[in-house]
Amino acid sequence: MLKTMTKTFAAIALVSTALFAGSLNASAAGGAEAKPEAQKWGFTGPFGTYDRLAMQRGYQVYKETCSSCHALEHLAFRHLGEKGGPFYDAKYPNPNDNPVVKAFAKEWEITDLDQDSGDPIERPGIPADGFPDIFPNAIAAAASNGGAVPPDLSLIVPARVGGVDYVYSLLAKGYTDVPHDFKLSEGTNYNKYFPGNQIAMAPPLFEDAVEYADGTKATTEQMARDVVEFLAWAGDPKMEVRKKVGFATFLFLFIFALLLFMTYKEVWRNVDH
Amino acid sequence: MSGPSTYEPKYAAERWLDKRLPIIRMSVDFMGFPSPRNLNYWYAFGGILTLCLVAQIITGIILAMHYTPHVDLAFDSVQRIRRDVPFGWLLQPMHAVGASMFFLAVYIHMFRGMFYGSYKNPRELLWIIGCLIYLAMMATGFLGYTLPWGQMSFWGATVITGFFGAIPIVGESLQQWLLGGYSVGNPTLQRFFSLHYLLPFVIAALVGLHIWAVHHVGQNNPIGIEPKSKSDTLPFHPFYTMKDAFAIAVFLMIFALFVFYLPDALGHADNYQRADPMKTPPHIVPEWYFLPFYAILRAVPDKLLGIILMFGAIAVLFVLPWLDTSKVRSMRFRPITKWFFIIFLINGFILGWCGAKAPDAIAIPIGEHGMTFKWLSRISTLYYFAYFIPILPVMGWIEKTKPLPESITKAVLSGDA
Amino acid sequence: MSDTDKSDENHIGEGGEPTRRDFIYIATAAAAAVGGGAFAWPLVSQMSAAGDTRAAGSIEIDLSKVSEGQQLKVLWRGKPVFVRYRTQKEIDEADAVDIASLPDPETDDARFVANPEGKINKHMLVMVGVCTHFGCIPVGEAGDFDGWYCPCHGSHYDTSGRIRKGPAPKNMVIPKYTYISDTVIKVG
Repeated sequence: MLKTMTKTFAAIALVSTALFAGSLNASAAGGAEAKPEAQKWGFTGPFGTYDRLAMQRGYQVYKETCSSCHALEHLAFRHLGEKGGPFYDAKYPNPNDNPVVKAFAKEWEITDLDQDSGDPIERPGIPADGFPDIFPNAIAAAASNGGAVPPDLSLIVPARVGGVDYVYSLLAKGYTDVPHDFKLSEGTNYNKYFPGNQIAMAPPLFEDAVEYADGTKATTEQMARDVVEFLAWAGDPKMEVRKKVGFATFLFLFIFALLLFMTYKEVWRNVDH
Repeated sequence: MSGPSTYEPKYAAERWLDKRLPIIRMSVDFMGFPSPRNLNYWYAFGGILTLCLVAQIITGIILAMHYTPHVDLAFDSVQRIRRDVPFGWLLQPMHAVGASMFFLAVYIHMFRGMFYGSYKNPRELLWIIGCLIYLAMMATGFLGYTLPWGQMSFWGATVITGFFGAIPIVGESLQQWLLGGYSVGNPTLQRFFSLHYLLPFVIAALVGLHIWAVHHVGQNNPIGIEPKSKSDTLPFHPFYTMKDAFAIAVFLMIFALFVFYLPDALGHADNYQRADPMKTPPHIVPEWYFLPFYAILRAVPDKLLGIILMFGAIAVLFVLPWLDTSKVRSMRFRPITKWFFIIFLINGFILGWCGAKAPDAIAIPIGEHGMTFKWLSRISTLYYFAYFIPILPVMGWIEKTKPLPESITKAVLSGDA
Repeated sequence: MSDTDKSDENHIGEGGEPTRRDFIYIATAAAAAVGGGAFAWPLVSQMSAAGDTRAAGSIEIDLSKVSEGQQLKVLWRGKPVFVRYRTQKEIDEADAVDIASLPDPETDDARFVANPEGKINKHMLVMVGVCTHFGCIPVGEAGDFDGWYCPCHGSHYDTSGRIRKGPAPKNMVIPKYTYISDTVIKVG
């Protein structure tokens, strides 16, 4: 009987994962969109970390091609130089001192108040500032983009079913020729991975859209990979420290459980049960 | 069950205290409480659940120090916790995953009680208090899921508060009263936060009653016969404290697996999008622990009947002690009913599966079109209720049970326990 | 009532007749109940919609912004209002339905408000775009009846917003609105 119950327990563990997978499939099952292509990423798996150089290139792609429409609502410039971030430098444990981060912040205009007159002014950013909003509000965003609000990119990876593979597929492989029997609405583009297949965003990446400083060839796939690496970090910036602490936790729990098991056996040694 | 006190104060200070406030005596008697010697690991979930409650209250109070219950700020404040608050990246997922772990443990605890007949005389009230705790947990879980103010938070709250709108005559006013407006909005979020903070302490009080009751009537055990002699029991400490502690450590590994390596596995991608009252996500699903009830709700085409069935599925648990007419507690000695129970368990998973899927999707490809999830959930709902009426009462009358051992000690020594 | 209190002249005795003392006890308990209830009332009714929530009640919509076959979504009281410019085909479909066969019988005409000239404009359907099942927002030009389809639990609405199939019990609600001019309406 213990066996049955043990099996049940295993089944509970299995089913709870299966249910999760099920809910994912179900939400994707609505339209005719294709399943995202599974890619290999260095940051998956229990020990995976982000590729710092790829993130740096990804930031460049974001800055030069995405940032005219898409905001990074939950990021500040200082995050770029934090431990685990794309421009972290061990010499500057406080990211506000990091010269690279300072230079990036300066490239952005921040709305502030003049401290003497109280009038709104524009000033160059400092590392402590958040990435600025692109549009004053959602209505303005919709009005300048044919009715579709460009989504925030700081959570785009966790907020999409399929995560990194979906975002990559959509950017790098999704814009294909419109099938003959497909009726495309005005102002939209065909994308085979987008739910409903009609996306307001025009193909954002094309060969050599950016010029990488490290000499990497800027193919569409390369840029898509790099920007997804950056956005994956933007969505989950604490992933590396979480996995590290997780490993230590498991090590501790394993030893602790072993000691508890031995204590338990010792206590019960003279009792039949 | 609890015998005379065995505590003897050793030192003068202890004697002084014992005369004025016998708090040490109470604790010693509490921990030395005689427990059947044949309890297996399934009995560790009481301890595991206590830990879950304490962990949720601690992480919850900490999160409340950083969270802002306002429609314009709630979503951002959760992101701030995860990104900027020291160890927020750990505490927020611990609380979110902790809710799932709490429900995982409570379901195992409940199924254990159902398998070993722990709800039977004299433990009916113990079982009912447990059902009340489960009910309060469901309310707390639902309220808490609203707080991050993502898409699934908002639409989950809209659908669930919509239940009240289905009540004839007073429904609409009741719904507006609950929401504090015409739709889910800022007043709703603020009151949900307040109640989400309150309810865990109600649960803690109910847990106090639950533990009091179990100490009064004694624990049930896998063979379901009462301890008759001293050799049938062992003091709770150190025997079961150590066994429970080991089980807790193993449980914490499962907990840690989700917190550190799969923090989003039990959630929904939609909840990383800010709530938008103008856009319904294409597929609204509740948290996994509500899926079976959600499937029951959707199984019938009528709104009110669906709600009645769903609440009925919970209500029937309260009268379980009187539906099971068998004199024998443990399913180990009930050769046929045992299988009905196992089907009931599997049926629970099938209902959960149905709840996760769109009602018109195909579940089992048989025949020309196949069976949709709607029909599968109808069959499963039928079995869910059939297990309580008529299967349990009828089996209690007609089933020929296996002979019970003479005592726990005899069963232990012969290897049957 | 104890009998030990022998000096009580109002105590009638064994017969169980109410005494003056009983009356005082009952009256006191009743007063406590009334007082408790009166005190509880503000505690309960504070949860109802507050003044500012009630005040955010009415909006104006310019109908000329919608073109034929299109739908406008406007937020009103936290819920979307659909303004749909129906095509002739959709109107014909809505009129062709056998009213008796509907779960919530209502003619298409009854779902419109007359304009200042006393006529109804059957092209402009104005309704609260909330599924009457559990409050999701139905998707337009979808479902088995060319109207709306609610993705949450599979309710189908026709081109008049009337429930035809699925768990929703009622037709989508027509809000109270008036024509301010030929092309502008005021909702609420």
